[in-house]
Amino acid sequence: MKPTDIAAPDYFHKVVDCQWACPAHTPVPEYIRLIAQGRYSDAYMINWQSNVFPGILGRTCDRPCEPACRRGRVEENPVAICRLKRVAADFKDDIRQRLPRPSPKNGKRVALVGGGPASLTVARDLAPLGYHCTVFDADPEAGGMMRSQIPKFRLPNSVIDEETGYILGLGVDFKGGHRIESMKSLLAEKYDAIFVGSGAPRGRELDIPGRKEAAANIHIGIEWLANVSFGHVDKIGKRVIVLGGGNTAMDCCRTARRLGGETVKVVVRSGFEEMKASPWEKEDALHEDIPILNYMMPVAFKHVAGKLIGVTFQKVKAEYDAKGRRNLVPSGEPDETIVCDDVLVAVGQENAFPWIEQDCGIEFDKWHMPKVDPKTFASTNPKVFFGGDAAFGPKNIIWAVAHGHDAALSIHKMLSGEDITERPLPEVQISSQKMGIHEWSYDNDISNDKRFKVPHRDKVIALKDIRAEVELGYDVKLALGEAERCLNCDVQTVFSTSLCIECDACADICPMDCITFTDNGEESDLRQRLKAPSPHRDQDLYVSSDLKTGRVMVKDEDVCLHCGLCAERCPTGAWDMQKYFIDMTHAGSTCPTKSRSAA
Amino acid sequence: MTYIAKPKFHHPGLKKNELGYTHRDYEGKISTLCAGCGHDSITASIIEACYELSIEPHRVAKISGIGCSSKTPDYFLGNSHGFNSVHGRMPSVLTGANLANRDLIYLGVSGDGDSASIGFGQFAHSIRRGVNMTYIVENNGVYGLTKGQFSATADRGSKSKKGVTNTDNAIDLVAIALQLGATFVARSFSGDKGQLVPLIAAAIGHKGASFIDVISPCIAFNNHAGSTKSFDYVREHNDAVNRLDVLVGRDPIAVDYAPGTVQVVEQHDGSKIALRKIDADYDPHDRLGAQTFLARHAAKGQIVTGLLYVDPDAEDLHEHLNTVETPLNTLEADTLCPGSAVLDKINASLR
Repeated sequence: MKPTDIAAPDYFHKVVDCQWACPAHTPVPEYIRLIAQGRYSDAYMINWQSNVFPGILGRTCDRPCEPACRRGRVEENPVAICRLKRVAADFKDDIRQRLPRPSPKNGKRVALVGGGPASLTVARDLAPLGYHCTVFDADPEAGGMMRSQIPKFRLPNSVIDEETGYILGLGVDFKGGHRIESMKSLLAEKYDAIFVGSGAPRGRELDIPGRKEAAANIHIGIEWLANVSFGHVDKIGKRVIVLGGGNTAMDCCRTARRLGGETVKVVVRSGFEEMKASPWEKEDALHEDIPILNYMMPVAFKHVAGKLIGVTFQKVKAEYDAKGRRNLVPSGEPDETIVCDDVLVAVGQENAFPWIEQDCGIEFDKWHMPKVDPKTFASTNPKVFFGGDAAFGPKNIIWAVAHGHDAALSIHKMLSGEDITERPLPEVQISSQKMGIHEWSYDNDISNDKRFKVPHRDKVIALKDIRAEVELGYDVKLALGEAERCLNCDVQTVFSTSLCIECDACADICPMDCITFTDNGEESDLRQRLKAPSPHRDQDLYVSSDLKTGRVMVKDEDVCLHCGLCAERCPTGAWDMQKYFIDMTHAGSTCPTKSRSAA
Repeated sequence: MTYIAKPKFHHPGLKKNELGYTHRDYEGKISTLCAGCGHDSITASIIEACYELSIEPHRVAKISGIGCSSKTPDYFLGNSHGFNSVHGRMPSVLTGANLANRDLIYLGVSGDGDSASIGFGQFAHSIRRGVNMTYIVENNGVYGLTKGQFSATADRGSKSKKGVTNTDNAIDLVAIALQLGATFVARSFSGDKGQLVPLIAAAIGHKGASFIDVISPCIAFNNHAGSTKSFDYVREHNDAVNRLDVLVGRDPIAVDYAPGTVQVVEQHDGSKIALRKIDADYDPHDRLGAQTFLARHAAKGQIVTGLLYVDPDAEDLHEHLNTVETPLNTLEADTLCPGSAVLDKINASLR
């Protein structure tokens, strides 16, 4: 193999698995260390700069970082990254002084359609640069689906108000209760750029017999959740069936439990394991005495005299074809009818752009989705950009934020007369953490603690009050314990070939057998000759140039604990522990903490 | 030295030996020696050898004297018996322990000061008596703990870190061990685990006095130009006569070396050593030949390594003394002291 080019920004970025997996590339270990030090406001600002909604995401994020977390490859559970984010939000001081000031307007006007996370991120990035940002939303308050679809017992309004408030406070114009009905007339208002972040607002229908006849007691999940959110609905029947296996279904069933649903059941077509809902959301539903019945396909709504009485299901089983694709086929068991008073349909969401006229210069594909460049987020109309669920269908808040950043960068470059396809590389800092002979500026003593559970409110109380937040968040002590579980993967093991005397000290001390000195070879061959098995091909090998004996140093990054023992036991300083901080490129210099990097 | 404990986590895919242990289970405490010390590599090699042999840790007694080398038993086999004895007295303590309980595996760990100076006589007598043990000298040619004076194994003409030339002749412990009748004699280098680990494994399997001289560079005081025990010097002058693989258990030997280059030595405990010859003329069963080979190469400044001599049919001290098979420490009092009637009988037989 060729010697590893550690100067390429992606190499060490990939080693920080959580940051690499995060769509917004939040510097996770950096903020976790700050939490351990009790510097909650600093931790919050690191998050705020990269993911814009730390308090909201710390409660609701889909956490792509956690399955990626190295700790999960070393022991059973990853670090509770998401809930530590909430800790930063919960315990921070007043951070308003640290936010960018509204700056003098540069005369350029940007319209943002929809007041959800994507649009608000664009506004957050562009407003401090002097753009006049106008956000339009049909709802009276900002937040989009974060406010309308996520139940209050998971995400209180106060958190949404606070974090959307920080953005609107940057001099962003918010036009609530103002639905954009026509792209053509919006274009006619001569904005310099338009960003569409209108989400995937339509709940998918379930067109089976009885749907029309029993319509009064069949509700579309996201619409029903929005109605609950805004107080238009405050009760439901005692027996409720929720159809669908995603996170919306989990929100529906738990909400139903709080509005009078005594027997609430979730019924899914697939197996329990393949459900789209996050494992922890399924757990929370089960905890609230909501059974999840699987491999049942709804075939008809049963009704008597216009009144829903139940749903009939066909039993199915999974069969896999030669290509490994799953098909659900009837299992041959008799159909089952489950009685109920109400049904909530949460079988997916769809995009809908009835307000975009065909002659706006915005092309759509055969699935009726706008043609959007995945890097620049530009549509075929150079002035119109898309992001969030509106761009590529339903995803999660953190994706909307990531899209927002990239779209904001495109808008800024376009309005500065630059080529939007040229994307600047991120800014990278790397610095030694050595403080003394065997002293590092980070805590390299590995904690053996198992993942700490987040305390929950007593179930009896939680089920009585739809606005009572279920999760109480870590207290300071639990947060410290959980923060200590972080392996500091951003503190990189950096190897200097010229200093190495091949004494083997690093290979001997490494608790994970990551380091091997051996003859060079092709990657597949080298992976066979390492000290420990190398099952994860997606984890890179760090290969040195030729050493004095003609061998090379090979380090499998896979399960390195970043404990620094290789550097402590190295007599010549050929190994060093260096903190790698990557700052993703955002539009302009949006944050005064840009150069602030906690030691 | 490192202040934190070595993390308990280990690679999830680590192989386990027949006892279900990983090599991490054979570790001891974290080393307090200088970073990069050759002794730590020897520690790692002992761990690896014991792991590969699936040795039950409670069946090992590790005994040492005084010095950097003699600290190392604290860093391996944390669940074995240990005795850190007086300076140079490891061989006597080991001999006594071996006589009392012949069933344990004895690992004597010593250094060049401990064995070639203060304990030179002890070393000599334990070897000539044929105590069943693995005697490892971690040889760095320097007194590291007292900051770098020459030891008795430092070569004449080599330079200290301060630039002083050694005018005394060196003791070659391998040559002495051969002369004194050791039945397994080897030399290796801490920077070459590929050679060292199987040597240790083979020595443990050998019944009789096994002696391994391991050159182990002292990073702090003996790894400079002019030293003959530095990483660079040893790598440049290493003249390996053979390399070996230890084959444990009943697996058939499947080594695909060119014919005539592999020599299989069957040991007393049933294990086999496959020796890959590097020097075609070298015969590890010829004690006299080994002695002259060593002397000839030493004169040229070469460091001969590998398995230098082995007598697979060796006898040990217990056979010489005709002791009972049962370890003395488990014999009942009436067996150990059969009473005055038996004494009278013996006395009568001598009249």
